Amino acid sequence: MEVGITHYLVVSAILLVLGVFGIFLNRKNVIVILMSIELILLAVNLNFVAFSAALNDLAGQIMAMFVLTVAAAEAAIGLAIVVVYFRNRGSIQVEDVTLMKG
Amino acid sequence: MNWTTAIPEIFLSVAGLAILVFGVLRGRYSGPGNALVCSMLVLASFAVAAILIIGGNHGIGYNGQFTTDAFSSYAKLLILAGAALGLVLSLDYNRLEGLARFEFPVLVLLSTVGMMVMVSASSMMTLYLGLELQSLSLYVLAAFARDTLRSSEAGLKFFVLGALASGLLLYGISLVYGFSGTMDFNVLARSFADPAGVAPGLIVGVVFIVAGLAFKISAVPFHMWTPDVYEGAPTPVTGFFSTAPKVAAICLIVRLMGTPFGHLLASWQQLIVLVSIASMVLGSLAAIGQTNIKRLMAYSSIGHMGYALIGLAVGTAEGVRGVLIYMVTYVFMNAGTFACLIAMRRRGIALDKISDLSGLGRTDPMLAGWMTVFMFSMAGIPPMSGFFGKLYVFLAAVQAGMWTLAVIGVLTSVIGAYYYLRIIKVMYFDEGGEAFDRRPMSLSVVAAAAGLFTLFFFVFPAPFVGAAQAAARVLFG
Repeated sequence: MEVGITHYLVVSAILLVLGVFGIFLNRKNVIVILMSIELILLAVNLNFVAFSAALNDLAGQIMAMFVLTVAAAEAAIGLAIVVVYFRNRGSIQVEDVTLMKG
Repeated sequence: MNWTTAIPEIFLSVAGLAILVFGVLRGRYSGPGNALVCSMLVLASFAVAAILIIGGNHGIGYNGQFTTDAFSSYAKLLILAGAALGLVLSLDYNRLEGLARFEFPVLVLLSTVGMMVMVSASSMMTLYLGLELQSLSLYVLAAFARDTLRSSEAGLKFFVLGALASGLLLYGISLVYGFSGTMDFNVLARSFADPAGVAPGLIVGVVFIVAGLAFKISAVPFHMWTPDVYEGAPTPVTGFFSTAPKVAAICLIVRLMGTPFGHLLASWQQLIVLVSIASMVLGSLAAIGQTNIKRLMAYSSIGHMGYALIGLAVGTAEGVRGVLIYMVTYVFMNAGTFACLIAMRRRGIALDKISDLSGLGRTDPMLAGWMTVFMFSMAGIPPMSGFFGKLYVFLAAVQAGMWTLAVIGVLTSVIGAYYYLRIIKVMYFDEGGEAFDRRPMSLSVVAAAAGLFTLFFFVFPAPFVGAAQAAARVLFG
């Protein structure tokens, strides 16, 4: 069986859904949320690269490079905010992030 | 390649880096003085950027990635005004709260550059990079009071949900790219000239993009982060969040729906109508039970975004003109309201309960007077500017025959008026507490400037209406 664009799209859609569910169903740890965000961005990258190859157009691969760069910056800021939060709260359990509600 | 189209952004980026280096090198003088000098430098850069925008030429540059036209100039000037007001509001608050660090103005400047890139984007790539530059700076600003739990929790929530929204937006962009073969707005617009031949996958992509952007303007059903982030973030940061980034995001949606997806009006119109109605209804109903005034302002901004989206849902030049006028009135009345909220301090402690305002009409008639002006304006009572903002969007909806939208808009403004008027009632008729601390000069200046604008907008609406008209014609000709 030849691997075509459809297979890539299905894999990336599955990764995206896993990432979104990882954010909403996860009741444990904020780090898991950061990992889920990375998963979403990588799913998107897979999409871009697959489309780029299928369309024979370079723009998708350039976009994937930009996404990788931004994802690195995003992870850095996310981890910094988690550290700041941990210093104040002493915990990074998701169920503890409930000071403000309503 | 016409690189001169991006001169204001290039200037601001270089100025931001220079101010950052300047702030670091002055490290041994660090503290409030250093922060004040850097804030002044940032304000001066904003002024220079505004002059560059007014004098700059229009055109498409960077191989179709970046475009400047009447619409982008209008949005950028408004963004700069909102950012400058937000920065002035933060000057004394940050000093009093021990947050006076020179990184603050630099972050405001970088997020402003991101917003300016967003409204000038004419390719999905530029759009994404501008949006991320803005968002990443805003995440840090939300958590800027790093020693308080509320601010860091606000930063954490904003980051997680903002990153999710960026991911959804990006997935939408990848689908649009895959099913059309291009990311350039003008090429996309041409390829959709026959809406019947558009692939269903592409419509899915458009829906993902709208979802991601609805998040950035905190429209229902992607509003859930707004009250928490508004409540937790330092008050001047909340004021900044509710002005400039909202302008940038809503102008970005307008450009996207106007240029690349302009021919798909039938596909996205229903979506925007639903989002608009849901935002108006939730914004007016959920605010009624609030006791914290920052949370109330969060629901108020959700509602205001709903009204602004009416103009986009209409999908005509008149509607977009309405959106642009609405955003001008919204930025100034919101900045003014936050100037009043930041002035709420007793014995050095910042207050944020509505009941803390009681008796203000007696202890500080000046502040209570401005607050009254802003609340009347938010409720849309003539002759304040907020009335004209609503008038133009409702007018466009009626002219286009979208009566449902206009009627729901009027009904929700009436419900919304209840909680705005309640604040006025608390200020003037409730038994009062003691007076607030003497407020800094900067807050009085912002409140007075925004108040005079809001109060006397009806005398000079012509230049704003004219500029908004010219800007709207670019997209919906």
